[in-house]
Amino acid sequence: MNINYTLIGQMIFFAGFVLFCMKYVWPPLVTALTEREKKISDGLAAADRASKDLELAQKKAMEELKEAKVQAATLIEQANKRSSQIVDEAKETARQEGERLISVAKAEIEQEKNRVKEELRAEVATIAIAGAEKILGSSIDASKHSELLDKLAAEI
Amino acid sequence: MAGNNPTTTEYIQHHLTNLTYGKLPEGYERYDGSVVTEATWTMAHGAEEAAAMGFSAIHVDSLAWSFGLGVLFCWLFASVAKKATTGVPGKLQSCVEMIVEFVEGNVKDMFHGRNPLVAPLALTIFVWVFLMNLMDLVPVDLVPWLLMQAGVEYQKIVPSTDPNVTLGMALGVFILMLYYAIKIKGVGGFVKELTLHPFNHPVFIPVNLFMELVGLLAKPFSLGLRLFGNMYAGEMIFILIAVMYSAGLFFGIFGGFLQIGWAIFHILIITLQAFIFMVLTVVYLSMSHEDH
Repeated sequence: MNINYTLIGQMIFFAGFVLFCMKYVWPPLVTALTEREKKISDGLAAADRASKDLELAQKKAMEELKEAKVQAATLIEQANKRSSQIVDEAKETARQEGERLISVAKAEIEQEKNRVKEELRAEVATIAIAGAEKILGSSIDASKHSELLDKLAAEI
Repeated sequence: MAGNNPTTTEYIQHHLTNLTYGKLPEGYERYDGSVVTEATWTMAHGAEEAAAMGFSAIHVDSLAWSFGLGVLFCWLFASVAKKATTGVPGKLQSCVEMIVEFVEGNVKDMFHGRNPLVAPLALTIFVWVFLMNLMDLVPVDLVPWLLMQAGVEYQKIVPSTDPNVTLGMALGVFILMLYYAIKIKGVGGFVKELTLHPFNHPVFIPVNLFMELVGLLAKPFSLGLRLFGNMYAGEMIFILIAVMYSAGLFFGIFGGFLQIGWAIFHILIITLQAFIFMVLTVVYLSMSHEDH
């Protein structure tokens, strides 16, 4: 229980160790601790954000998928419509073409008929004149009787 | 163990004597009968010589152990601090960081001023006092016996059972308390605090001064003596238990169990005392920083 110089010595050591601790021990440790704390909280925040992003992306992908499905359905529908339209149009054109061909053919036939008729008429006139010449024994003046002959030919 | 077969009293006395180096006064008769002709610095031989040296003496063992433990603390923590990474810490770094965070949390809770000294001070006190107290768990006879073989007569390996050590630290804290009280509040503010509290009337100045001074001085002394008392008592009980080993087989075995029990309980005490010393230091400094 003797109080002596030890007291002073201890005070000096105490001051020395506290100063050493204050300079070389405390600051680096506390810096490391706060930095790690920040790093961890940043990491946690990033993880949070990433999971939120993932959720958003999934939602977006779902929506896009749905949209794509709808789009595909409309496309198919349009295509169907279009195809039936094309078929209808083709039918129509074919029908029209057929009709046209028929009418052309009819006209040709008519023309041919008329031509033949004309020919016949002309021939009939000639034949009739020849016949009449033969019957009458004299020639008939074609120009004199042409009116009569024309009437005859028109009647045939 | 002064002599081959020490009595119980001698044994205990031997364990309670520091290795003292000091100045013997002129005309002092030494243990071997020789008389000192003039004041000389020498190793004390026994408690009486140490007492005769008065203030002019040094407890070599206390200072050496406390210095060694302080260096151990500084070396350990500084080496960790040097390599401290913000990445995944190793085991030692985790342990050191745990202590630092514990101290930092306590300081933040109790100390509201801004002072870069307080937290390192608290850390130093906590770890250093803990290490000094920890020496109490080393078997009481081991180191003194080993050193006895090497020719060193006395050895107290627990620095905190030396009032010089604990009061030295407490006085260090006291100086800081006064320094910051005067720095923060000014000389006038500090004097006002001493004279106008708790009764704010000029008539009561002497009463206030007396009460506040007693309160102020009681702080460092209670701080130092509390630690000293606890550790001294604990050491004493270890010594008394050690005495039982020489009292036959039955007492020896009984003493063994007692020692285990007391050592386990003592782990709590040494930690608690280190913690209390730290907390009170922080609280006292916090009070010095408070402006009324």
